[in-house]
Amino acid sequence: MSGNEIVTDVVIIGAGPVGLFAVFELGLVDLKCQVIDILDRAGGQCAELYPEKPIYDIPAFPEISGQGLTDNLMKQIQPFGAEFHFSQMVANVEKLEDGTFRLTTDAGEVFITKVVVIAAGGGSFQPKRPPVEDVEQYEGKSVFYAVRKMEDFRDQDIVIVGGGDSALDWTLNLEPLARSLTLVHRRDQFRGHADSVNKMRALVEEGRINFITGQLGRLEGENGQLKEVYLKTAGGELGVPATRLLPFFGLTMKLGPVADWGLDLHDNALIKVDTEKFETSEPGIFAIGDINWYPGKLKLILSGFHEGALMAQAAKKIVHPDQKVIFQYTTSSTQLQKKLGVA
Amino acid sequence: MRIFVTDQDGTEHELEALEGWRVMEVIRDWGLNIKAECGGSCACATCHVFVDAEWQDKLNPPTDEEEDMLDTVADYEANSRLSCQILMSEELDGLKVTLADSARQDEAA
Repeated sequence: MSGNEIVTDVVIIGAGPVGLFAVFELGLVDLKCQVIDILDRAGGQCAELYPEKPIYDIPAFPEISGQGLTDNLMKQIQPFGAEFHFSQMVANVEKLEDGTFRLTTDAGEVFITKVVVIAAGGGSFQPKRPPVEDVEQYEGKSVFYAVRKMEDFRDQDIVIVGGGDSALDWTLNLEPLARSLTLVHRRDQFRGHADSVNKMRALVEEGRINFITGQLGRLEGENGQLKEVYLKTAGGELGVPATRLLPFFGLTMKLGPVADWGLDLHDNALIKVDTEKFETSEPGIFAIGDINWYPGKLKLILSGFHEGALMAQAAKKIVHPDQKVIFQYTTSSTQLQKKLGVA
Repeated sequence: MRIFVTDQDGTEHELEALEGWRVMEVIRDWGLNIKAECGGSCACATCHVFVDAEWQDKLNPPTDEEEDMLDTVADYEANSRLSCQILMSEELDGLKVTLADSARQDEAA
């Protein structure tokens, strides 16, 4: 074991409401957690898709926003000191001879854990891929869904597609480097910050960038290197020289690498679990929340909370097989109240 | 009430619909290939449909919020709508829509 590995009782994959409440339930039975999420903050789908939207079916909250729920959960789990690892995805899971798991993330972090809890909701947030023929052959070479190194875009003919903040921000940031830059959007209205829209329009006025109302049609190039992007516009097809294409259509969730971990799946999309422990086909790996499936499953946050409570009892037996699990209530147990810092 | 939904493979389905249900909910409830990731919050655009020409004028026009979300579908057409924003009513009995590719539930990876 190298010194760079993080050794823990439990790794939770996913920092949405269900993953966060799992920290609480696991904390009550004295298990320490590391939490990994592909997003840059806690909250999962609630924070990413609808932070301001009211949720009406959380017990004891007639109405609460996705962000409000996340904030409350973060406060609730604070006594248990879980450590968070954001902006990364678990790429590989390996079972070791002693029964523990080694998890490696795409950021190179390594975890050694006795229990893995998959609470990844609809999966990992991935960029929406435009339905353009052969786009896959260009991905990572001349089509990118994010800008990792701005220098890779210097002196390139760049086409950016989209109408949100990502499209506008990268239009503004890459313009000074680009040989040419064309922003493409389906309409002449943008949902990004007004200031960014004004700056973009000023660049168009000055002739430093092009703005075209239209949509991606087809790509032309060879060996993964783009030469031209053809756009569908009101005036017909329009070719634009392009050596770099950045489509920004937002994010969507996909199961991602979890699909390759050898777990039994339902409909090739959800992880099968039992309803006693919410354990997958691999002992020691649990799945809770929207990502799991069992007969009668309801995709409710409420269900995920319940699943997390039962999972924690089973996880305790794996991490401390020699300790008796004593069922206690937070209202009456001094032990639990001490853990919560209220006694 | 009924709606007619053509799936991504070109097969038309006649679905029973209930007053007040979102068209997305009807499609999802009948098990067709619709992702509807956010569950009807107008926050994901994965319930994208194309509305048949004869029905377009019978729908309430899209709100700014829906237009903003339609910006995130890469297969937008002039008759694009988010089916979570269409509420079933007697006037829409017989509505015809086609599921967009961008509404597909993905395979696992």
